[in-house]
Amino acid sequence: MKARELNEARAITPHATPMKGFVAAAAVVVIACLAIFVASKGLSNYTVTLLALLFINAALAVSLTLTNGLTGLFSLGHPAFMTIGAYVAAILTFSARRKGSMLPDLPDWLASTEWSMLPALLVAGLAGGLVALAIGGAVLRLKGHYLAVATLGLIIVVQGLATNWDGITRGGSGISGLPRYVDIWWAFGFLVLVVAVTWRIKFSSLGRAMMAVRENELAAKCSGINAARLKILAFVIGAIMAAMAGALLAHLISVVTPKTYSVLLAFNIVVMVVIGGSGSIMGALLAATVITIVSESLRPVEESVGLYGLSQVIVALCLILVLYLKPSGLFGSGEPVVIRKLFSGRQEP
Amino acid sequence: MSQYLFQQLINGLALGSLYALVAIGFSMIYGIVRLINFAHGDLVMIGAFSTLALVSAGVPWPVILIFVLAIGALAGMAIETIIFRPMRGASPVTGFIATLAVSIAIQNSALMILSGQPRNFLFPAFMRQRIEVSGVNASLTDLVIIVLTLLLIGGLFLVVYRTKLGTAMRATAENLMAARLMGVAVNRTILAAFAIGSALAAVSGLFWGGKFGQIDPLLGFVPGLKAFVACVIGGVGSIGGAMLGGYILGLAEVLFVGLLPQEFSGYRDTFVFLLLIVILLVKPSGLFARNTEERA
Repeated sequence: MKARELNEARAITPHATPMKGFVAAAAVVVIACLAIFVASKGLSNYTVTLLALLFINAALAVSLTLTNGLTGLFSLGHPAFMTIGAYVAAILTFSARRKGSMLPDLPDWLASTEWSMLPALLVAGLAGGLVALAIGGAVLRLKGHYLAVATLGLIIVVQGLATNWDGITRGGSGISGLPRYVDIWWAFGFLVLVVAVTWRIKFSSLGRAMMAVRENELAAKCSGINAARLKILAFVIGAIMAAMAGALLAHLISVVTPKTYSVLLAFNIVVMVVIGGSGSIMGALLAATVITIVSESLRPVEESVGLYGLSQVIVALCLILVLYLKPSGLFGSGEPVVIRKLFSGRQEP
Repeated sequence: MSQYLFQQLINGLALGSLYALVAIGFSMIYGIVRLINFAHGDLVMIGAFSTLALVSAGVPWPVILIFVLAIGALAGMAIETIIFRPMRGASPVTGFIATLAVSIAIQNSALMILSGQPRNFLFPAFMRQRIEVSGVNASLTDLVIIVLTLLLIGGLFLVVYRTKLGTAMRATAENLMAARLMGVAVNRTILAAFAIGSALAAVSGLFWGGKFGQIDPLLGFVPGLKAFVACVIGGVGSIGGAMLGGYILGLAEVLFVGLLPQEFSGYRDTFVFLLLIVILLVKPSGLFARNTEERA
């Protein structure tokens, strides 16, 4: 493990005063809430939706930090779990009157129900987690880019199912006209949840065990860490968050199709994590914010000049540049000192 | 029935030829630099669009073939020099992300320049006719693809096993440091491997357009992934393995679609990637691999 991370871990855990960190976090959340309140009153609907999108993207990047950054599993499977979560939630919340004609193969008990967002979100997360649990046992035996391609394959498998299982998913045209349950508050709440969970895991014995597996699996095993179980745990937690994000996103834009969450999305989330520094929660947040803003503000430019794809090219080139100049990303695997001081309540030794 | 089967066999061999051409380059590059080149699939797209441009410029077909080989080789050398050389020695995952970025950059640049609209792609009329031998009906395109692919692969084997360059390549793949110490110009050898592998991928793009009749800027993505699957089937890093893996994959895919009821044909790609996951789990070193590198 790099010296800095070790210091970080040492500095925080034994003497941390959780109260101060909690107060600081609560203060940040309250301030952010006020800012969002003002923003949702003052800004146009379009901008507010963009902000919600930004929050969900940031949550995705942070959740990927857990699997890819901390545990070192190079998974590209996030869109697969997002698709699963989105379809599960969509089928649950879709208007019962239209289910009969649009989704004819649903069993009766599903066809007659019409859920609200929160239970649907929870079930979506559960579904993503269960699928990850089933697949993880097999796929996580792979390493490095073999794992990456296998999880990429998972995206294609899930997309194939969503496209061809017409009676339940409505095939390639997807399920549209979903109730628009999700607003900026949902997105923000989800982001806070994801960051809090990831932060707690990172600065706990569990998080350190994950980092140990990443740095040297054999050494970690020798120290009594059950590496296989830990990997599956990280994969499943990441998948639950991804599935919930997928469900939220579907109910933000009120549609889900097999192509909504594509390989390109996997790439974009990975870029956020790599640019921020894999394993750094603040890095992922920052990178997600910057990249979402840059690519969304380039969109009107793309449309006016007619150069579709420009923003993706720029994002890709930025990534290559970062890999050239600073392969460990902006913050490496750590958190910036200020943030650590603020939230963990421990002065530097 | 047997005629139907035979027809499907030819179809599968043609598809397998396309996969084999892509997979061989993939495998050559992996064998030497130990990095998965995600941008390899996009050379298929580059090859297809170069063909289209050359056709509309009125260049005769045999010359087009040579030009496409050259364009592919140049593109591969550019990718090597710009991306892979600075990344040499980086962790496999870093390299993988970098090539993924290159792939996204190429695809989206192509989208910008060429627009996402699919274009029609036609071989000359005499290539598109179908010929019939004792009830078996096959398109001439498929047969030409199969034969030309075999010729190209034959040429490749000659280069790899009968020339000094090929010996240098095999030495570098075996052990880069040792090869360097023995006086092999490692960087030049790697460049040559990229050139050859990429040229083959570009030609498969030419064939791809001819077989399916339509091309678009994102067409390279799926062949790229399937080439990886073919490599895994045959054992990553071995040229012969990649070739056989490509043929096996092409045949398996066509038979999957051809022999199962119609409603399953949409699950074609799903089937391919389930196959990948199963093989990675059951026999991660591939069916024909010699080296037992750690992948699982």
